[in-house]
Amino acid sequence: MQRLYCIFWLGLKEMISLRRDWVMMALLVWSFTLAPIMEATGVATTVNNASIAFADEDNSPLSRSLAAAFFPPEFQPVVQIEPGTGAAQMDAGRFLFVVAVPPGFEKDVRAGRAPEVQVLIDATAMQQAGIGANYITSILGSEIRRFAIGADLLEPPPVDIILRSAFNPNRDSVRFAGIVALIGQIMWLTTILTGAAMIREREHGTIEHLLAMPLAPFDIAAAKIWANAAVVLIAAALSLIFVMQGSLGISITGSKMLFLFGTALFLFTATALGVFLATLARSMAQFALLVMLTILPMLMLSGGETPIEGQPEWLQVGTLLLPSRHYMTASQAIIFKGAGFETIWPELLWMALLGFALLATSLLLFRRSVAQ
Amino acid sequence: MSAKAAASGICLAGVTHRYRKHVALDDVSLDLPAGQLIGFIGPDGVGKSTLLGLITGAKKLQTGTIEVLGGSIDDPRHRRHICSAIAFMPQGLGRNLYAELSVRENLEFFSRLFGQSQEECDIRIGALLSATGLAPFSNRPMGKLSGGMKQKLGLCCALIHDPKLLVLDEPTTGVDPLSRRQFWALIDAIRRISTGLTVLVSTAYMEEAESFDRIVAMDAGRVLFQGGPEELKGNAKDLETAYRQLRSQKELQSAPDELRRSQIDQKPVIVARGLTRRFGDFVAVDHVDFSINRGEIFGFLGSNGCGKSTTMKMLTGLLPASSGEALMFGRPVDARDLKMRRDIGYMSQAFSLYGELTVRQNLDLHARIFAVGDRETRIRELMQRFGLDTHADMLAAALPLGIKQRLSLAVAVIHRPRVLILDEPTSGVDPEARDSFWALLVELSRRDGVTIFVSTHFMGEAERCDRVSFMHAGRVLTEGTPDQLIDAEDADNLEGAFIAVLERADPQTPVIAPEISVDTANADLGSGIGRALAYARRETIEVLRDHVRLAFAFLGSAILMLVFCYGITLDIEELNFSVLDLSKGPESRAYISEIAGSRYFKPTSPLTDPSEGRNRLVAGDVSLVVELPPDFGRKLHSGELTEVLATVDGAIPFKGETVEGYVAGLHQTFLDVLARNSGVRQIEVAQIEPRFRYNQSFESIAAMAPAMPAILLIMLPAVLTAVSVARERELGSVVNFYVTPTTRLEFLVGKQIPYIGIGFANFLLLAGMTVFLFGVPLKGDPVPLAIGALLYVWATTSYGLLIATMTSSQVAATFATAIASVVPTIQFSGLLQPVSTLETGAQVIGSLWPSSYFLHLSVGAFTKGLGWEALTPDILALACFGPVFTVAAVLSLRAQEK
Repeated sequence: MQRLYCIFWLGLKEMISLRRDWVMMALLVWSFTLAPIMEATGVATTVNNASIAFADEDNSPLSRSLAAAFFPPEFQPVVQIEPGTGAAQMDAGRFLFVVAVPPGFEKDVRAGRAPEVQVLIDATAMQQAGIGANYITSILGSEIRRFAIGADLLEPPPVDIILRSAFNPNRDSVRFAGIVALIGQIMWLTTILTGAAMIREREHGTIEHLLAMPLAPFDIAAAKIWANAAVVLIAAALSLIFVMQGSLGISITGSKMLFLFGTALFLFTATALGVFLATLARSMAQFALLVMLTILPMLMLSGGETPIEGQPEWLQVGTLLLPSRHYMTASQAIIFKGAGFETIWPELLWMALLGFALLATSLLLFRRSVAQ
Repeated sequence: MSAKAAASGICLAGVTHRYRKHVALDDVSLDLPAGQLIGFIGPDGVGKSTLLGLITGAKKLQTGTIEVLGGSIDDPRHRRHICSAIAFMPQGLGRNLYAELSVRENLEFFSRLFGQSQEECDIRIGALLSATGLAPFSNRPMGKLSGGMKQKLGLCCALIHDPKLLVLDEPTTGVDPLSRRQFWALIDAIRRISTGLTVLVSTAYMEEAESFDRIVAMDAGRVLFQGGPEELKGNAKDLETAYRQLRSQKELQSAPDELRRSQIDQKPVIVARGLTRRFGDFVAVDHVDFSINRGEIFGFLGSNGCGKSTTMKMLTGLLPASSGEALMFGRPVDARDLKMRRDIGYMSQAFSLYGELTVRQNLDLHARIFAVGDRETRIRELMQRFGLDTHADMLAAALPLGIKQRLSLAVAVIHRPRVLILDEPTSGVDPEARDSFWALLVELSRRDGVTIFVSTHFMGEAERCDRVSFMHAGRVLTEGTPDQLIDAEDADNLEGAFIAVLERADPQTPVIAPEISVDTANADLGSGIGRALAYARRETIEVLRDHVRLAFAFLGSAILMLVFCYGITLDIEELNFSVLDLSKGPESRAYISEIAGSRYFKPTSPLTDPSEGRNRLVAGDVSLVVELPPDFGRKLHSGELTEVLATVDGAIPFKGETVEGYVAGLHQTFLDVLARNSGVRQIEVAQIEPRFRYNQSFESIAAMAPAMPAILLIMLPAVLTAVSVARERELGSVVNFYVTPTTRLEFLVGKQIPYIGIGFANFLLLAGMTVFLFGVPLKGDPVPLAIGALLYVWATTSYGLLIATMTSSQVAATFATAIASVVPTIQFSGLLQPVSTLETGAQVIGSLWPSSYFLHLSVGAFTKGLGWEALTPDILALACFGPVFTVAAVLSLRAQEK
């Protein structure tokens, strides 16, 4: 009982200390306000505002209707370029896509000669090239088919496909990027705050002072863990309501409480990681460098930035051991798909098991490092 | 310049210096003659260090004038001209030295800063090392020297360039009496051979000031007195008394501990038997024995690093003993015995309370942890007794040192411990505060019967202990009451006895004045390139010896490259899908097998009703659900239009769109096959031929691997460079840049050079990984690529310098640089979103950011196979960023401390 009481009061002390550490406070505010906003609105993960050019050597009603089929926001207004200059313009990075319509295209279509439209794609543009190619092919295809059916060259297809994008009918990438950014910030901040609190204690010599009191190393670490986890949880909740819903206008399908519960479970992992890195680093600067080397891979491989299915098979198995992956999956299921506890409990269980294992290890290491 | 100033050497008029609201120096005017040993005395915080910093030019003058060596120190040209004649050793042992560098490397660095040739450097270092007895330790890292040796090395570094003005800020604080005595002997010897050398020295030890030519006594930013020591002393019995009289105009109160203990309780409370502690092969505490009785004040006397603190930590259970045992109340000390700690109060060397908490919050927190029953009354009582009432709501960090120590003591006794262990509690505290502190200790011991174990390096304090033990190099040399010890050595006082015992235990090499026979006629300062290289060389040694930074520099980029390239592959295949087949005919099975047979999808158990499909999408089991209507087969036969519903998991937009693309393609294939089988006149009216340029097979690795260096080569080199500059400022060695002829450009470029090397090595590593590990061939010309990479790391390290000049701590520098380099690179350089698809404003920002050009260059050279012609514009653009960032960093770097 007395120990719980001590842990509680030491935790309150942590919060007062944090309030006076302006570097950490600045980082906290930045991470939960501007950083996710910039990440959400800055980079589109899908085809957005793509640059496209037409080298139209036919200049027929059909070729003109093809060029007119591309609209914002997916595409920039189509630019007509001199035939034959497409490759050079692409080398200079001016266009991602160049559509080349050969001379006599419409005439050949009517004559049933099945002429060829070329689409040049800059394959070095990672995300946009693949999806963009699909887009353009299907837009051109349906436009030509419509023309052909209208001209009675083709029978209408017997089967139509209705494509529905579940959970995200408008293909809104801000929503996705915003939530992923928030989750990333939660990971960063928790680890940094907890580790920094440990190191601050050591650099100021106060850790010895604490250890000379009737406190076990576990109590000291536990106080930091609950205090910093609480700070991040509150900041995350505020950010979810005011930044995500308020400022970015993101709709949250599932239960916010369930998301925060999942977050709380994940915080065990993140704080444990902070404690662990703090025992490895000898100074604050070393700690900061270590954090970058651990959190960045954890984030990249969590399935937030890119789908897990894109990883090689062996890596997919390996990332099952990353608590960040389970957290990302659970959060996306709750926020985007409205999943309930009955659906995501396996992820939560994974997170709890991994989190507690990591926490136990780092507490053990912390005790050993203190003893030296 | 007045004639008077020229004669006097140093002349201050109306000098006032403020730190925010705090006035450190208040209208100080002084005339200091050349060629003398001039001492500045007074306790901590009276403005001594500020004054010395201003005289050497390390600090920027705010108001008033200071003339040094015939000109105003505020005139940059004069300062630059004379700074090779000034040597400054700042406060804090070895604060301006480099812990990772050896003794010789430290000296070589200083020698190079003054443009000495290798030959001259060797002669000077040889002479200085042998004169100071440091020669046998010339290869030992500075961080591993004892306090006395650090101080000698500091002096050697200060003397390497034959200064005319030597400024020493508290050179003897924390050094044992014997080393202190040697130090002054060395200064005397140097002054005898180099006539005209002016020495300014500040000290908190009043007794040292007796031998100075001239004394400036200071208090609260003002000069109380200046003149000879005899003049100051007057009728007082010593300088300390004289100084107190000067300060408070009243006689010293009689020491309250005159009442010696009538009876010593013979019951031992703390016992050490053969207590030993090793760190690796270094023996910090070597078979220490002692026994302390109840109610006794037991003093531990010794220099910094002699093992006092280690012994005390073993007694508190903070450190386990390597061998031997420590008993407390007759029981062995055990780190896990939390109960025993309730009986012990511990106060560690440095102020170790929470500076960010107020006085009351600190007391309250500790009272709660110790579960003090009458918390409120106990806190009130202690605040009153320790004189903390008036400061109750002040932050502990803002308290004067003396009050801080009282607060520490109050915290240490809040739970009414039976034993107090105090590790150098009064270090740096002024004499009066020390007196009142000791009065409290005596009261605790005599009235409450608390056993006190205290360490100190003040002889005056040791004299007030019941028993004293002399400690040196991990061993207890002797032990007894102060009188016994003085008698045994036949000494005048305790200090004499200590020195006698110490000399016997560890005879030190005598020090002599260094005889330097070099031609010092060349008065030029050496070239700026030489100084920049001196910094570069030193930085390289330091990085090579810091394993974490080294690992970060090389492993960091390799690890992140692996993670990015394996993690961000965008080729998604074998996605799970499920079907709700309500038709169950051969037509619907044909449709399903079209999807299941592709490499993109693999089937999972079919669905039985529509709601199950949604649930499986929610759970993430499947990424696609296909629903075929009941009349699918019938309508298809009869030529009626029928519909297939494909629901795609769109939660991850990128994945969703990719899946939609796959499905639409497979659907079209089904239709084509259908048409061909039923002999329709024409299947296709036109062909749409997508051509993936540069990367025909469209593997994302070919796009990814060459692009990643653009972000890795800005983040890692910029952060490392920024940390190296911020570190120098945080550790205090930046003062060497302030007071030596180094210019801002030389300092920054020197620190930058090793990181350009590291950055370029990283580029080679990443390029090698790209080609050999990820199998992406380098199709273009490697030469422009390499040139571009070199220019890019020049730019990114310069950017690190720029950020570092604007931040104050290593932590702030790390995070600020990481954010300020990664954010624009991701947002504007075209890394994830091609530049041509950015909004106009973002495109403009991107064009002002080096990563945009390097990304284009790297991808161009690797994947697009471009050569010189196409890459030259990128190289030219990259060449501009390095100089621009460097100039900006130079302009925002302060050449003097505020």
